[in-house]
Amino acid sequence: MRGEAHQAAVRLEGVSITYRFPDGRRYPAVAPTDLAIAPGEFVALVGPTGCGKSTLLNVVAGLVTPTTGRVLVDGTPLLGINTRAGYLFQQEALFPWKTALANVAVGLEVKGVPRAQAQERARQWLARVGLAGFADRFPHELSGGQKKRVGLAQVLAREPAILLMDEPFGPLDAQTRAIMGDLLLELWSAEKKAVLFVTHDLEEAIALADRVLIMSAGPEARIIGDHPVPIPRPRDTHEVRLTSTFVEIHRTLWHQLRSEVLKGYARSEGKEEPVS
Amino acid sequence: MRARAILLFWQIAVLVLFLALWHFGTAIGWLDPFFFSRPLDVLERTWRDFASGVIWRHLWITLLETILAFVIGSVGGVVAGFWLARRELLSAILQPYLKAINAMPRVVLAPIFALWFGLGIWSKVALGVTLVFFIVFFAVYQGVREVNPVLVANARMLGMNERQMLRHLYLPAALSWMFASLHAAVGFALVGAVVGEYLGSAAGLGYRIQQAEGSFDVTGVFSGMLVLAIFVLVIDAIVSIIERRLLVWRPKAALTGTEG
Repeated sequence: MRGEAHQAAVRLEGVSITYRFPDGRRYPAVAPTDLAIAPGEFVALVGPTGCGKSTLLNVVAGLVTPTTGRVLVDGTPLLGINTRAGYLFQQEALFPWKTALANVAVGLEVKGVPRAQAQERARQWLARVGLAGFADRFPHELSGGQKKRVGLAQVLAREPAILLMDEPFGPLDAQTRAIMGDLLLELWSAEKKAVLFVTHDLEEAIALADRVLIMSAGPEARIIGDHPVPIPRPRDTHEVRLTSTFVEIHRTLWHQLRSEVLKGYARSEGKEEPVS
Repeated sequence: MRARAILLFWQIAVLVLFLALWHFGTAIGWLDPFFFSRPLDVLERTWRDFASGVIWRHLWITLLETILAFVIGSVGGVVAGFWLARRELLSAILQPYLKAINAMPRVVLAPIFALWFGLGIWSKVALGVTLVFFIVFFAVYQGVREVNPVLVANARMLGMNERQMLRHLYLPAALSWMFASLHAAVGFALVGAVVGEYLGSAAGLGYRIQQAEGSFDVTGVFSGMLVLAIFVLVIDAIVSIIERRLLVWRPKAALTGTEG
């Protein structure tokens, strides 16, 4: 499952990111990193706040160009935007002037799907995320959880091979997060996309992923842990937290993560959090 | 609903109080009717102008100038705002000139426009355009440049090309900013028209007021101002209706301001 044997959906080779400030200072955010995600594999990337995990995600998305190294998508070097990837943002990313239906349909329309067909498929996707009756609502008329559902439909409707998620359920309350986690797993198990899920919530990472990567605190953040999660699927993201395997993995990973979080605190004391 | 009725009551009460003070002030000799006229005289004059029909031609001229100034200025502002917002260097070069032109009091342009475009409607339209253009231009320019970067990233991840981003992202964002400046833009289109007429013309509400002033006809001046005020309120109400129809996606609080 590590993607070495067959073609990886996404492979990072020596990817590093250094920020250069206008005054000439340099900040080495991410040290050279190798990473492979197999097709259909769910990988969670956990690390202290501001460690550069979102930056790494943006590199895979093609929104950020790495300072060194390269990204391979299905074996092909990535140039510009990663068109095979769908991206679910932490912040609100729906077009406020489009209804839920239009927000989902637009991703299909720009691909060249005829309007009527795009609307029909958007309607189906809204139903799959449990928003069948909300097609004509504008984003401001939806709750935080409903907006995330529309966002999920918007991304998945385009049928990306790779799903990139940047703390997508971060702004939601605990109950809604749990429900969204289950929904995500349900949709993912039906389509089996490669997933890179960035979060700072270790429990969420273990509950969802096949593999959890731990990232060190910046500068020069690295992946310092790569742990498989041998919990059988299908999982209930809430129930799974009560199993002994979960508790055991959580203990090991937390031990590793804790020291990095403390390091991160020490370094960011009094400093502003780097923009992720 | 009740709060609204109370509000309306007090709004009308202010008007009634003002008119009453004015009326009694002139009746008991505090105010000289030659300089201040009388409210009933103003109403009567206004009524007569409408009844005899002389006012309609002037209203129509002013309305036409206002609409033309608004449409030409807005279209120009949207196009220029859009175009410049996406050209970093050019907008940096032009920035000081735009600010200088915008800071200039437009009244000084009126005689020049009269020279260039004659005393007909087009010199007034030109004056209005110089006012409307900049309001809309700056709003759209700002709107396009400050489009939420997350939305831009999402649009790119959804596979949109430049043209599609223009249509689905930048244009709607800019239009919502344009509508925010719409009331001001319509108001300034009218100001341009009336000031232009006032400074030299043969028709329009500004012309009427100027004529009345020329013959020390205070009643005529106030009557002209009253017609102008009604005219502004009607246009503003129409703009509000259009706004409400086009910006259905906006949260209601943002549209009605502090109300509710």
